[in-house]
Amino acid sequence: MDRRTFLKGSAALGAAGMAPQFAAPALAQPSKVLRFVPQANLANFDPIWGTQYVVRNAAALVWDMLYGVDAQLKPQRQMVESEEVSADGLTWTFRLRPGLKFHDGEPVLSKDVVASLTRWSARDPMGIMIRAIQAELAPVDDRTFRWQLKKPFPKLLLALGKNNAPCAFIMPERIAKTDPFTQITEYVGSGPMKFARAEWVPGARAVFEKFADYKPRDEPSSWLAGGKRMLVDRVEWIIMPDPATASAALQNGEVDWWENPIPDLVPLLRKNANINVDIADPLGNIGSFRMNHLHPPFDNPKIRQAVLMGMNQEDYMRSLIGDDDKLWKPLPGFFTPGTPLYSEAGGQNIGKGDIAAAKKLLAEAGYKGEPVVCVVAQDQSITKNMGDVTADLLKQMGMKVDFVATDWGTVGTRRASKAPPSQGGWNMFHTWHAGADCINPAVYPAIRANGDKAWFGWPDLPPVEAGITEWFDAADPAAEKAAIDKVNAAAVAGGVYVPTGYFLGYQAWRKNVTGVGKGPLPFTWGVSKA
Amino acid sequence: MFGFLVRRVLAVIPVMAVVGLFVFSLLSLAPGDPAALIAGDQASPADIERIRASLGLDRPFLVRFGEWAWRILHGDLGTSIFTNLPVTTMIGQRVQPTVSLMLVTLVFAVLVAVPLGVLAAWKAGRLVDRLVMGGAVLGFSVPVFVVGYLLAYVFALELGWLPAQGYTPIEQGVGPWLANLILPALTLGLVYIALIARVTRATMLDVLQQDYVRTARAKGLAQGSVLFVHALKNAAVPIVTVIGIGIALLIGGAVVTETVFAIPGLGRLTVDAILRRDYPVIQGVVLLFSFTYVLVNLAIDLLYTLIDPRIRY
Repeated sequence: MDRRTFLKGSAALGAAGMAPQFAAPALAQPSKVLRFVPQANLANFDPIWGTQYVVRNAAALVWDMLYGVDAQLKPQRQMVESEEVSADGLTWTFRLRPGLKFHDGEPVLSKDVVASLTRWSARDPMGIMIRAIQAELAPVDDRTFRWQLKKPFPKLLLALGKNNAPCAFIMPERIAKTDPFTQITEYVGSGPMKFARAEWVPGARAVFEKFADYKPRDEPSSWLAGGKRMLVDRVEWIIMPDPATASAALQNGEVDWWENPIPDLVPLLRKNANINVDIADPLGNIGSFRMNHLHPPFDNPKIRQAVLMGMNQEDYMRSLIGDDDKLWKPLPGFFTPGTPLYSEAGGQNIGKGDIAAAKKLLAEAGYKGEPVVCVVAQDQSITKNMGDVTADLLKQMGMKVDFVATDWGTVGTRRASKAPPSQGGWNMFHTWHAGADCINPAVYPAIRANGDKAWFGWPDLPPVEAGITEWFDAADPAAEKAAIDKVNAAAVAGGVYVPTGYFLGYQAWRKNVTGVGKGPLPFTWGVSKA
Repeated sequence: MFGFLVRRVLAVIPVMAVVGLFVFSLLSLAPGDPAALIAGDQASPADIERIRASLGLDRPFLVRFGEWAWRILHGDLGTSIFTNLPVTTMIGQRVQPTVSLMLVTLVFAVLVAVPLGVLAAWKAGRLVDRLVMGGAVLGFSVPVFVVGYLLAYVFALELGWLPAQGYTPIEQGVGPWLANLILPALTLGLVYIALIARVTRATMLDVLQQDYVRTARAKGLAQGSVLFVHALKNAAVPIVTVIGIGIALLIGGAVVTETVFAIPGLGRLTVDAILRRDYPVIQGVVLLFSFTYVLVNLAIDLLYTLIDPRIRY
């Protein structure tokens, strides 16, 4: 081939490639396909190995649970037909519903349940507690299994039905035998949807198909409880990291449901006659200013108190959600507002923005001008905005700020370091907790104050732990509430962490989609598309 | 020629080795820990440590580098820490959207930029020239994401002509495939057009002063023939060079464009992997990009011989 022939050939090829075969954009989809934009990328799919919310949310479609909490936060039977507890509270016997099947057609047997609970209890905080008092967990027959304990654990059903990650999902025995710190490679469950692994493109999309053999319960669905009836054949998760793109796609009818529109875009969505906007999770979120109790200055309880008094929760919340007052409220405590254990005990002075009082307390505490190393993730708008408020607050209080602007991946590593701040450690970082994870101490590692075993910051506050023990042993709701009041008051006094406020988020969906509810995760059962 | 080709292909090996060592070292030195991200926000430090150990991230740098290099030599890019999928599979899932975007952008940019550059050179110093060069400055100056949002707003939301996001594989039809690529290619192509148009203009200005152009005009050849047959052909070498160099520009721009238009390509794969510290994926993608760039350069060198018969290796 000479150069002339090559150039002519290339030109011809280019022209052929450009031949316009325009057609209408491929926007039309079968009506039984629900296109959903989740909060984040489904980067892995083992709900025990990885405990991110997005994994839990997807897993709830594929794997079923023995129990599931309802909207009243009460565990209800799901895969279980009946349970029986001995008079001494030490032996629990469970019987599975008949006809339960995995997606590969195999029946769900008690040996699958035992293997699944064994794996789960190695990773879940409540599971670890149960494991510590476990005498035996074993199958009795194909549909019956028994859990024998050395000490009563009244909250066993809550542990099995809670929606906090990791949930007690049931997998086939061969999968559940995988080491809990190693990722599974097969995604077979017995939930209402099958995972279409061949169509999974991590970072772009995940597809779930209706499981024809799923037998929903007869009761109406309520969160993770009741009949999980799928009214669509296929759910497509379309990952969109950019909120403006997700907004445009929803307005253009290219997707049906967006889990977490940012507040800035909500007014735009509200103007669209084809879109509904409403609160996503009624349990909301609690913002956190997490202090390191191991190193100065926050090893001093008076300085932690100074921050609690000096910070203004309204400043933090406005930085997150702007002027929409329906989306936030002050939080004079640590537990989720609107839930049975919510407490304001001891929290009267939290977050009022009393800088003068904070300065006075700081002087009394003998603050020596140590720099406060603030490790702030800039790639998460929530932490970034709160970090900016914190830097200003600490400066107003007269503290020296060493602001480390970084990404969430780095915060995740650095916060695990107990080294002094000047040697790669830290003094504070921001995060937030889903309200569902702050309803009681069993699902709330961030409230624990048991020193080395506590969550990052390692608070060592015996009165908090005493209250938590009291709650675990409580026999009735009144005793539980009294115990939580003690926990809340002790957590404020000791400054386990600084709650920066309580805030809610929106979800948005096209009006041809019905049945979208509110909850701690996007429940797809009961959702239909015209 | 054959000897040149062999020498250039062999030269790829040390280049890739240096790139590999550089990337591996950089990731090892960078802060961040995939185990912490996998474990989630509620995990205890002990859980994170167990996951780190299960991933082998607690082993010494040299051991990990040795294993990785050995696997690379066997054509195995490893397995993603997060998805548990082979890196080659993940790259395979993402290649088509990115290659499609780059090809459409390239074709569109060349078809627009070269005539504009020629026109500007022909009308040098006049209004058309100033308009083209002004447009080129604008193309360089406006950020890619701003152009992307504006185009999506006008053509998707307001006019409803094109989808606002997404990608349709070419197997599902050229029409839908192209419909999804038009706005991203326009977005990504603006910088590229600006670059090529400026270089074309500058080179053509030089060529148009040559004696053979004057001769061609004196012979009475049509202006189009003078510009596109005689002058442009002789100005092609620098233009092809800048088109090749611009491939790196396209790779960088694709990261933003793919995010703005939710195209599941290699750019987004790279960003996601970096944010999650998914080391095998980052290393695999960077090696792929480097290899592609080396090949593009080689292809351009070979193309010179087709464009200019005086060039021989």
